[in-house]
Amino acid sequence: MRCFVGIDLGSTTTKAVVLDEASEVLGRGITNSRSNYDLAAEIARTEAFVSARFRLLERAVERAAGRETLARLLRAFRLEQMLTQLSALRGKVEEEIGKRPVPGQKALRAAVAAIFDGIVAEEEARFLEADPPARSDFFRDAAGSAYARLAERAAAASGGAVTFDALLGLYDQCIVRVENEPLELGFREHIGQALERVGNASGVREAVDAAVDAPLDPVATVGTGYGRARLPFPKEQIRSEILCHGLGAHVLFPGTRTVLDIGGQDTKAIQVDPAGIVTSFQMNDRCAAGCGRYLGYIADEMNMGLHELGPLALGSRRPVRITSTCTVFAGAELRERLSLGERREDILAGLHRAVILRAMSLLARSGGIDDEFTFTGGVAKNPAAVEALRRLVAENYGERRINISADSIYTGALGAAHFARRGAAA
Amino acid sequence: MSDQDKDRSMLLQKEMLAEHYRRLEAAPETREPVVYTFVPGNLTELIRSFGALPVLPEINALQSAMRGKSQGYIAAAEKGGHSEDVCSYVKCDIGMARAGNVGPTGTRLPKPDLLLLSYTGCYTFMKWFELLREEYRCPTVFLQVPYEGDGSQTPAMRAYVARQIRETLIPALEKATGRRYDEDRLKESLARSRAAEDDLVAVLQSARKTPSPIDAYFGAVYYVGPIFSAFRGTEEGLAYYRALREEVEQRAARAEGPATPAGRLDAQKYRLVVEGPPNWTHFREFWRMFAEEGAVVVASTYSKVGGTYDLGFRHDPADPLGTLADYCSGCYTNRSLPARVEMLERYCREYSADGFLVHSVKSCNSFSAGQLTMLREVERRTGLPGAFIESDLVDARYFSAANLKNRLESYFQMLEARRTGAAVPA
Repeated sequence: MRCFVGIDLGSTTTKAVVLDEASEVLGRGITNSRSNYDLAAEIARTEAFVSARFRLLERAVERAAGRETLARLLRAFRLEQMLTQLSALRGKVEEEIGKRPVPGQKALRAAVAAIFDGIVAEEEARFLEADPPARSDFFRDAAGSAYARLAERAAAASGGAVTFDALLGLYDQCIVRVENEPLELGFREHIGQALERVGNASGVREAVDAAVDAPLDPVATVGTGYGRARLPFPKEQIRSEILCHGLGAHVLFPGTRTVLDIGGQDTKAIQVDPAGIVTSFQMNDRCAAGCGRYLGYIADEMNMGLHELGPLALGSRRPVRITSTCTVFAGAELRERLSLGERREDILAGLHRAVILRAMSLLARSGGIDDEFTFTGGVAKNPAAVEALRRLVAENYGERRINISADSIYTGALGAAHFARRGAAA
Repeated sequence: MSDQDKDRSMLLQKEMLAEHYRRLEAAPETREPVVYTFVPGNLTELIRSFGALPVLPEINALQSAMRGKSQGYIAAAEKGGHSEDVCSYVKCDIGMARAGNVGPTGTRLPKPDLLLLSYTGCYTFMKWFELLREEYRCPTVFLQVPYEGDGSQTPAMRAYVARQIRETLIPALEKATGRRYDEDRLKESLARSRAAEDDLVAVLQSARKTPSPIDAYFGAVYYVGPIFSAFRGTEEGLAYYRALREEVEQRAARAEGPATPAGRLDAQKYRLVVEGPPNWTHFREFWRMFAEEGAVVVASTYSKVGGTYDLGFRHDPADPLGTLADYCSGCYTNRSLPARVEMLERYCREYSADGFLVHSVKSCNSFSAGQLTMLREVERRTGLPGAFIESDLVDARYFSAANLKNRLESYFQMLEARRTGAAVPA
């Protein structure tokens, strides 16, 4: 099957999208960009092809064994991936312990064994749940929060032989190394193990084999995003993220005329024509205040996960007015407000509003907000940011249809994949 | 850009400049008087008719920046108490003075016998000379030049400036130089100015051709150098412009593009009109971002800061003081926003531009205030796509190469997409 690939090497995450010839999305992949774009592109691309195969497999398996079995197979597949990475991480941590002073090694090994056995048990239990709670897509986040929780328990159980800080230090030292090594096992091995796990229901293996063997032929690839210069493509296969976001938003919502994208380190306000071609754009210059990283920093300051910020802020009754979007100053402002006894919800709501106010200024500079208005990028996943945006759009521009796709983080990669398809057709 | 990649006129100019700095260094021995003055509205013919040599602090600042020296000077000025928000030209100059007043070419600059401010539209200029007055304790003349808020100069405004030249400036120059005012000498000089101005206009307007034989922004910085600084009205200046015009006309006859840091630009994909001064710390890198994409600038407003000759002004030897008054009032930044918009609109049409770009600098409010409004208005009137990028004059901290390149590439791809948009299959 001929397919088209778009890769968006963002500052925080790298995304890949695979399209089929009918312009349907076959697969998507996402990973942390780290400081290694080559690897990030490779991982996102591999994941997109894995999910493309899943897309092909879905219909076949659903037909053969029903939706329930399919869902279990998908979860089993994720579990196998997780277990492979956990085992790699455990290997690195044990290696690291070997470099420590001998007297402390035994206690550390016992604590680490307890932690990893605990995580594996939790993961296996999670697999058995029909509808496990949502969590971050990234190994670092999922493994990290479980590790920290279990490390606390292991440290307490050791009776002072092992400290929580020492255990966490081991994790911090090893996680980057694990992230920077590609997964040893690919789709074929993981799906095989996943099949074992769901019990080899009749007809499923045949459907899986057919999907695994179906040839996927990427005939054209277009790269975009900050790391695009790293891609080993000729110049024609590189597109600016402005164009890709414009086209991606147009594909998701064909009525789009204005696009706001708030990513990790930049905010883009884009106007597009009815064909999705960019007519005007503005980006933050000189400074990345008020971008996604700002919220990431705030989450760190508050010792919370990034995805927890928005829901908490929605509980605000009286948002605090915060004017500075300087990431570093915001930390100081946050502590100042907390010490004055302001509620966390109200402070967070104020911070979200400050982010959106900055975006509103860029939107105004780019030519305002036309109907329809599409909001993309990682920050579009944050309900408090969306709420602040809705309010400010209504106040400043009146009634506007605001589109947000659940897959908005892939908008740039989607646009790039469409450019790849158009380029191949031209 | 090595010397062999440069045009003959660029090398000629380099020699002229070096010779001027050598002459300045020798001034304390040769007893040639020295007048510090600024580029906008400079009265070079009058100064030189008294046998005095002009020193232009902004030229020193930008020349220092092009030679990588500005950051140290700025740091020295900030250490002396000047805020990060102060115009970087000022800080570069103050820092240079503190470091022994060694000019950009490595020769020592003489102290001024007179500080002459002949353009008061820039408030910073006034404060700058106040600082230099403290430093050098020398006589200072501030000509009050009325702002052309209604878009043109009235007879009263003209008479007001001419009277100040006659009643205040000429006596001050007589006192500082010990020479009598010699109107015949001034008239001869003004006649040479006029001839050189004709040649300069022919050079700038050669960009109406396709391909353009000049770059009217980056290249024009060299072309306007002598006439905006110490050489207007001199024999060397006259010879330079004759040679330059010949060089450009020959290039035009061969249908060749200008020399750029990315080689000769014959294949010109985008013709741009640019508003705002360039960045000097990364001048060639900045230029390369355009040239590598095949973008040539066909008209710019920066090349008019020392005179809007292409709009018809010429120095008139028949009315020496009146013509100097006209010149002081007519510099680009003394024009109202509507007048500037009209200029840009005219350039877009007369030079068959594909788009226009604002390069906004942090240092200069005379330029930057209102630029967004101008952008929108020119867009509305011409239907051409505009773009807005930001950095600074001589403070390298505000030049973010990755961000600028990203925006420029996006802009060029947008121009391309709009050009071919209809032809691309949906």
